[in-house]
Amino acid sequence: MLTDKYGKEIDEILSRYPVKRSALIPLLYLAQREQGYVTEAAMKEIAQLLKLTPPQVYETVTFYTVLNLKPVGKFHMQVCKSLMCALAGSDTVIGWIKTKLGIAPGESTPDGLFTLSAVECLASCGTAPMMQINDDYYEQLTEQKVEKILGDLRTTGTSDLKSGPYMWPLPVAVKGEK
Amino acid sequence: MPKHELLLLKNMSQPGYTGSLAEYEATGGYQALRATLGKTAPADVTAAVRKSGLRGRGGAGFPTGVKWGFLPKDYQGPRYLCCNADESEPGTFKDRQLMERDPHQVLEGILLACYAIGAESAYIYIRGEMVLGSKILERAIGEARAAGYIGKSILGTGTNVDVWVHRGAGAYICGEETALLESLEGKRGLPRIKPPFPATHGLYNKPTVVNNVETLANLPHILTRGAEWFAAIGSPPKSTGTRVFCVSGHVQRPGNYEVPMGVTFRELVYEHAGGMRSDKPIKAFIPGGASAPFLTPSHLDVKLDFESVAAAGSMLGSGGVTVMEEGTSMVWAALRLMEFFYHESCGKCSPCREGSSWLVQTMRRIMAKRGRMQDLETLSDLCKNIAGRTVCAFGDAEVAPIQSTLKYWREEYVSLIREAEAADLIMPETVGARRES
Repeated sequence: MLTDKYGKEIDEILSRYPVKRSALIPLLYLAQREQGYVTEAAMKEIAQLLKLTPPQVYETVTFYTVLNLKPVGKFHMQVCKSLMCALAGSDTVIGWIKTKLGIAPGESTPDGLFTLSAVECLASCGTAPMMQINDDYYEQLTEQKVEKILGDLRTTGTSDLKSGPYMWPLPVAVKGEK
Repeated sequence: MPKHELLLLKNMSQPGYTGSLAEYEATGGYQALRATLGKTAPADVTAAVRKSGLRGRGGAGFPTGVKWGFLPKDYQGPRYLCCNADESEPGTFKDRQLMERDPHQVLEGILLACYAIGAESAYIYIRGEMVLGSKILERAIGEARAAGYIGKSILGTGTNVDVWVHRGAGAYICGEETALLESLEGKRGLPRIKPPFPATHGLYNKPTVVNNVETLANLPHILTRGAEWFAAIGSPPKSTGTRVFCVSGHVQRPGNYEVPMGVTFRELVYEHAGGMRSDKPIKAFIPGGASAPFLTPSHLDVKLDFESVAAAGSMLGSGGVTVMEEGTSMVWAALRLMEFFYHESCGKCSPCREGSSWLVQTMRRIMAKRGRMQDLETLSDLCKNIAGRTVCAFGDAEVAPIQSTLKYWREEYVSLIREAEAADLIMPETVGARRES
């Protein structure tokens, strides 16, 4: 049960909105954080919390791509395939991952570590090609970078190649200024 | 180096600037809020913003002060401000930078807007994928609350404003303001029929203003340095101020460049973004995000302001400029964007829901060299029957790539179809008849 484990956090979320239903997406995120995807039990529990019917929760979940209704791999690799990234070679990036992991978009590795998805624009067109893995962005991908990211994730569960606060081009010191 | 004065990107362009409250204050941050709250009447703030000529930076370009003016004056109940941080337009990545690198600039803008419209609650609707951005904003809100800029009786003036971050969950349509409100209410993000407009019936049916991140980030500058000063920047009288243009595609230095409105595409692409990435010349560019019709190299001297781009047959939109080099297939490019729109159509209106799927299938067939000449007519017909026939502007947006590429590069469609016909080894007239049976 979510309420047992996250009671305080749920109360805080509910306090932000004058109308309970607004807390629906934040609570679904909580459920997804817990299980990796949104389970039927979680949907029912959230429905009860917000005084909604389970179908009202379900119809909302199915509208949004970030919410998963099925289990995904431990690392969900989402490669942007929209035009701006495609101009910079995103199809090639998908090809590299296909070769290295033996999975096509929509598939997961048998060990349950990686799921590959081709997704639409993630607002990183200036640093294309790019992908999102779980919460993190990885930009200006090259074959070496993809290799290192996959290796890092396998061994340590994270990679220092992930992006920090976005800015491109990077600031440069101007002559004469400090 | 920028030869224009930077406003929005000024702080973050200093190497080492991290966007903390202390750093923001050290550069004059929150001075506009201190000078305005309790000292200038809210109506005068709205008047100043109207006078500055500031127009929405999200895509539609509606005058911000005018939008605020639509709120009912005598309404006593709650009002809301929603900061539209759903940045999902392909080709656009400026709001992400503004939020992640200088979050307090955005927050100060939100607080000023709340004061002007009398809102005590503001929600920042940030797209679900931007986890880092939402964390940075939440941290900044915490800092601002501790410093007395957010919460009850801000700076002792009796003005109350609370700000929350609300993460979306990956739907392009939620950048449309009424879809954003639906989503914020915990529903599917389906745009509402307008009127009534959010100004009278917005979030929870209460008077609401929805403003883009970049729009709000301009407010501290306008209120510090004056409406006249702002109105003189750029391309007055209708396109004032600077814009952060996002350059992507086949250029040397893609990225965000802040320039006054009214510079030409040529200057943006060749001076700021360093020109083309190889010796291949420019073939096409999209001037304002995926929803804007494609333009050709003959439009490079068009000025980057709302009117000039509209006169050239496209739109300035969200400021996402995507450049394509010679050798790029325009049919392929239009198909890529069409696939995006097909994926993101919310499904509310039949012309858009059914039409986008039909357009994608027809385009895929042409691209796979299995098209026929009649397909070109089908494409034009479909486009005409989608644009203007939907609840929101998505319908107009989704036909832009196909209509504009058909207009300027029709021969590329024709040659793909000719190849199909040649490979089929049958008379062109019979191709359609056979396939339809």
